[in-house]
Amino acid sequence: MSMDTLDTLEHDAERLPSNVTVSRVGVDAEGWRRAADSMQQAGAVLLTLWGSDDRDRDGHFRIHAAYLARQRLWVIEHAMPTGTPVYPSLAMVFPVADRLQRAIRDLLGIHADGGDARPWLRHGGWPESMFPLRRDVDPAQAHAVESSAYPFVRVSGDGVHEIPVGPVHAGTIEPGHFRFSLVGEKVLRLEQRLGYTHKGVAKRFESMRLHDGHRLAARVCGDSAVAFSWAYCCALESMSAAVVPPRAVILRALALELERLANHLGDLGALGNDAGLAFGLTQFSALKERLLRRHAEAFGQRYLFDLVIPGGVSMDPQAGALDALSAELSGIERDVRELRTLYTEHAGLQDRLLGTGSVGQAQARSLGALGLAARACGLAHDLRADMPWPPYDRFTPTVAACADGDVAARVQVRFAETLESLQLCGQWLGDMPAGEVRMELPDTRPGQQGIGLIEGWRGPVMVALESGVDGGIRRCHVHDPSWQNWLLLEWAVLDNIVADFPLINKSFNLSYSGHDG
Amino acid sequence: MFDILSRIRRTGQLSETGPHALKQVTPDALHAKLHRTFGRALCIRHVDAGSCNGCELEIQALGNPYYNLEGAGIHFVASPRHADLLLATGPVSVNMEEALRRTYDAMPAPKWVIAVGDCGACGGIFGSSYASRGSVSNIIPVDAVVNGCPPSPTALLQAIAKVTAGARHSEHA
Repeated sequence: MSMDTLDTLEHDAERLPSNVTVSRVGVDAEGWRRAADSMQQAGAVLLTLWGSDDRDRDGHFRIHAAYLARQRLWVIEHAMPTGTPVYPSLAMVFPVADRLQRAIRDLLGIHADGGDARPWLRHGGWPESMFPLRRDVDPAQAHAVESSAYPFVRVSGDGVHEIPVGPVHAGTIEPGHFRFSLVGEKVLRLEQRLGYTHKGVAKRFESMRLHDGHRLAARVCGDSAVAFSWAYCCALESMSAAVVPPRAVILRALALELERLANHLGDLGALGNDAGLAFGLTQFSALKERLLRRHAEAFGQRYLFDLVIPGGVSMDPQAGALDALSAELSGIERDVRELRTLYTEHAGLQDRLLGTGSVGQAQARSLGALGLAARACGLAHDLRADMPWPPYDRFTPTVAACADGDVAARVQVRFAETLESLQLCGQWLGDMPAGEVRMELPDTRPGQQGIGLIEGWRGPVMVALESGVDGGIRRCHVHDPSWQNWLLLEWAVLDNIVADFPLINKSFNLSYSGHDG
Repeated sequence: MFDILSRIRRTGQLSETGPHALKQVTPDALHAKLHRTFGRALCIRHVDAGSCNGCELEIQALGNPYYNLEGAGIHFVASPRHADLLLATGPVSVNMEEALRRTYDAMPAPKWVIAVGDCGACGGIFGSSYASRGSVSNIIPVDAVVNGCPPSPTALLQAIAKVTAGARHSEHA
């Protein structure tokens, strides 16, 4: 039955340029609601929502939804007249919609007809009546901060107390606020308040050139620079159906897997440390440093911020540096295998990891879990295998999954993915195609749309791009999977002791900047 | 346990005595210098005032066995009240402006501030806007900047060594 409904949508759909299969449908308000129900019944998840101000073009605001189905992405659009920019809330169908809708209201002043009424990204840094993403708002205008108290949900009862944490945290990490309600040490409720690193990315894109936007995309979330810049380039290149040279394709994928490796190695060390095994941090942080130094040799950068550019990659590494990288990866693989055995057989460590911060599979599915966190709950989705784009259509990774849903499962998935990435990198470094690493892209006509979708180390990263006049960007929306997985974290800590929060939090290692925009 | 000890023995000592950033400054010499200035180890507080998380990754790397910051008597602290040096990354978002200012105010004098990364130094690619105040120095006094996107751990070490060597003593506070 649900398939019939999606078939009906398909009848009206058109293809959007992308590195994966994307179908777009325009609907009215009733269709907006119905599409959400059909998607949910078909097992699709809401990936993201974004709004656009098209009043200059046709007198409408638009709300766009992207749904991730098994083998394609759906983009549903709903246009609203300027006078009543209200659309049906999706928060009752897809929980992540609530925060996304709050963010869209703060930035664009279009409203869902239900859900949480509190602001999300606006913390008093600009007036309630100002909607920065509207086209008639000057991006340079600044206002003094007028902060007011944020009404957290209060938990009452005998012995219930609160612990406020943040936005500045104890370690060298990003800012955000966590409000714990506890009895004794046990967590009854965690409420997050995010948005502290909101720096106006979407508005900033609109003052950039299409051929420069990848630099900003790489800096939406610095630990996922390759994933975001590649997604941006896919969106741009697909508009002109450009096919980048084979050597550039492999170098991009190599960079994406190296980014996954660097993050997983860092996290595996930090997770050992947060569970009291400082030895793990010392060992894994040394492995990560060895990898980053090879990055610097091969690519001229420790973190690959400016490697993926429109048309290919920015530089062609020397054969000698790639050989050295290859040898280093072999050494790292040996060490990771040895350390995995040490972690697995360490009773004290496993005692801290097993059963801690658990999320059930049904819960994860209903919260729309994505990427690594979802795979650790037994939801074996990975874009590299589910909707492979080049070169993953020829080099399909085995999808790592573990059904347990606890910190131990997230450690286990990281080990499996680390070894899988090492295997992929080994294949590519052993048989690198020759030739150019960059091509000239043709000029892009105004008003075109393109979607880029990449499986970053956390999960699916999406860029929706629309070209403007004279080679400019009209609108660019970026989505980090942390939006969904922050909801998982709120559930994962319930009934745990508050002292385990750092360990549970690290096991997700979600992005603040990628979420806040 | 035997396996862990065996692994530690085989790993050996990775710390680079006098990383080439600090050619003439060995960890011992740096430690002695810090001790003369503070009478104890140097304590750093880091605040992410709106960064993309790139700078944070390189600041974290200072703790790995190769750079071994703690070996030079420098460590990161959880409270600004224990800190001598603030490493602030930016651009400063309007939503973090107050938290950055309050962290700085909570630090006892004498204190130093290093603005880290291109964004902390000048706003970087984000610049100033409705959501961003740009550089750290637009909000609090800054003693030194470390450019780079992100700056390497070596560049961070150089800046820390230079500032704490008394090259410019902070007079704010």
